Amino acid sequence: MKSGSLDELWVYLSGNPLLSLLVTLLAFALAVRINKWLGGTPLFHTVTLSIVLLIAFLLLTGIDYPTYFEGAQFIHFLLGPATVALAIPLYDHRERVRQLLVPITVACLAGIVTAVASTLGLAMVLGASPETVLTLAPRSVTSPIAMGIAEMIGGIPSLAAGLVLITGSIGCALGPIVFRLIGVADPVVQGFTMGLAAHGFGTAQSFAKLGAMAGAFSGLAMGLTGLVTAFLLPLIVALFGL
Amino acid sequence: MPLIVGMSMLLACQFVGELLARALTVPIPGPVIGMVILLCALGVRGKVPSSLRTTGEGLLRYLTLLFVPAGVGLMVHARLIQNDLFAIVVTLVVSTAVTLAVTAWVMNRMVQRRGGRS
Repeated sequence: MKSGSLDELWVYLSGNPLLSLLVTLLAFALAVRINKWLGGTPLFHTVTLSIVLLIAFLLLTGIDYPTYFEGAQFIHFLLGPATVALAIPLYDHRERVRQLLVPITVACLAGIVTAVASTLGLAMVLGASPETVLTLAPRSVTSPIAMGIAEMIGGIPSLAAGLVLITGSIGCALGPIVFRLIGVADPVVQGFTMGLAAHGFGTAQSFAKLGAMAGAFSGLAMGLTGLVTAFLLPLIVALFGL
Repeated sequence: MPLIVGMSMLLACQFVGELLARALTVPIPGPVIGMVILLCALGVRGKVPSSLRTTGEGLLRYLTLLFVPAGVGLMVHARLIQNDLFAIVVTLVVSTAVTLAVTAWVMNRMVQRRGGRS
């Protein structure tokens, strides 16, 4: 009798948006703790840790992703207004942006062409299926844009969103190492590069570790990369004969 | 009240952005167009209203949390990822490293050259 009512309670809770919302916040809080405990290493990015914790939880409890997302969508939804809010740091640092307009444009184009060409080339050489190659192509672009692009060129939108997130955490881990290797110390250059190669993850890390100016340039790079890639990618894909 | 006013401004920009994205049938998402709209509006206004700053900076502080729900969606594609695991991992790591290096190097060179000239 008692276990029966517990089961009922569980069925009710696991189908309720409240549980996935609560679990997402708890997993994130726990991930922040673990990351801090590991010395703040970008190798175990807070987001990656949260995702692993949550997937483990869902597999253990047998809750499927659509059910989980019903609750988690309230957090997912805030991504929209947060993207709009990137205009604020950008506006704060508009003078610096105007001064650096030429380097920004050239670096942005060079970065995008490198990202897309190296991704397509490597994935094709390594024998990934055409569907995977096309899904990988928009990986350095912030996920809402990447999903749109993937759909347009024939990839899988939801997988593209996931690969974008993995790219983001890889970028956060590799960024500081690469900057040290090639001797780049300027926080503006670092922020911009992180935003271009690691989109929102890079922007979040730049805000946290390099300050508001780097964060603003990172946000600018993220937006700009998204816009320009949306136009360039179909052309580059055609060049590769896909 | 400031949170409500600030959030309304952000959502209004996103809303107009979504409308424009639909109308122009471009693959650019509404929020990105919304960001451009807000930037133009701030340029016209000449300053950031404090309500907007409170809300916007609050959201940006927790930006990473907002990616989590979409990331958990990776579990749906476990089989597909498994099939091409090696290619995916190598491509992502190498390509990201090369992109970081090229972008940082190009921009650093140009920024330094401009700094030296002026």
